[in-house]
Amino acid sequence: MAGSLVLLSVVLITIYFREPVGGGLHGVQSGGATVLRPFEVGAERVARPFRDAYGWFAGVLHAKSENGRLRKEVDAYSALATRNANAVQQNAQLKSLLKYVSAPQFPKNFDPVATDVISRPPAELAQQVGIAAGSSSGIRINDPVVNADGLVGKVTQVASHGAEVTLLTDPDLMATAVDLRTQATGLVGNGQGRGTLILDRVSKSDDVKAGDLIVTQGWHYKKLSSIFPAGIPVGVVTSASVNDTDLYWQVQVSPRVHFGSSLQSVLVLVPKSRPH
Amino acid sequence: MRLLVEPAKVGVLVFVAAILQVSIFSTLQILGGAPDVVLLTLVGIALLRGSIYGACAGFFAGLLIDTANLGTLGVTSLLLTIAGYWIGRYGETTGRDRAHAPFVSVAVATILVQFGALFLHYMLGDPVSARVVLLDALPAKVGLNLLLTLPVYALTRWVLGLGTAPEGATEVQLLG
Repeated sequence: MAGSLVLLSVVLITIYFREPVGGGLHGVQSGGATVLRPFEVGAERVARPFRDAYGWFAGVLHAKSENGRLRKEVDAYSALATRNANAVQQNAQLKSLLKYVSAPQFPKNFDPVATDVISRPPAELAQQVGIAAGSSSGIRINDPVVNADGLVGKVTQVASHGAEVTLLTDPDLMATAVDLRTQATGLVGNGQGRGTLILDRVSKSDDVKAGDLIVTQGWHYKKLSSIFPAGIPVGVVTSASVNDTDLYWQVQVSPRVHFGSSLQSVLVLVPKSRPH
Repeated sequence: MRLLVEPAKVGVLVFVAAILQVSIFSTLQILGGAPDVVLLTLVGIALLRGSIYGACAGFFAGLLIDTANLGTLGVTSLLLTIAGYWIGRYGETTGRDRAHAPFVSVAVATILVQFGALFLHYMLGDPVSARVVLLDALPAKVGLNLLLTLPVYALTRWVLGLGTAPEGATEVQLLG
């Protein structure tokens, strides 16, 4: 009996691994996920008050130490916001004078679908989460996923009423990113430490330093374009160093998004017009 | 009737544990690890009902988890089927009536399942860090699972005992 179940599991793995994403077993799994979804949403809703209460107490403990630092940041950002508002106005005027054609921009060219995070595999084995919205909400594979803090990841599997989101901390996922201060470009992806990111392929001729804000670059080349639109915050540089043997900067980035249990809801950016 | 009631109770237990695991317990990252209530429930079922129930419950639980997480179908089933069968055999032989059997089973099964998961993910070409799985997450996972062993085992025993008449001798037969 146990032997047959082991054999059946191996057969399932083999078929699932070999068949294409739209194959029969994937379809059955997608249907099963749709059936399980109400139970997951129910359990998540029951647990949410307890999780919120835990988060509240944990937050209060850190609030005092954060308060002073945030006050200084508010002062700095207030001045920055005034300068930025002027720059945005000037930018719009110059664009209209030049008849400038922009690439798709976030959030203007996207319809965001707000949805709950309803399932997670063990974090040490997989960097994916399940969300409660799927193809019925217009979501497709490779749609970018964000939250209020910044870039979360991208959609990698879609069922009719659910989807799998691969987080930016997955070693297989990288995004082109740019240092907002110096415009140094690189690839941002999973770092060495847990929940950290690195900005790779930044040329030594560029300038990067701790405290710089990293955002998505959103490149566009002929008919190809990056799946992540430009300007989504990714994280802040925590350390940047170069040595003689390396070709590129070694840049550690602290993500703005908390990929742990506090990631409870996300926005899937569904493009208003999809390329055919 | 018992033939139907027992599998139904096991099925409900496994279903509830799997739903709670994917939607709640997986998010509880404490000291780098998360408790695994599916494995704890499986330990209870396998020790109380034997290796066949353990293997079947493990297979069913694995299917549910892989379906809910949209993971590679069969990976968790394979691991939990073997774990359920092994725990059941342990309960039927050396672990019989030992008070420490649930704790030993949970500790050993947590470690072996984690090693097995790492090996399978490597075989399937998934990007997994052995350092994260074995050094960062495993000690905390073992500790959290051991902390939850007693309540989950007690709950499992209570649910499996529901609607079942207490076992006892109804007749004494003198031999010899």
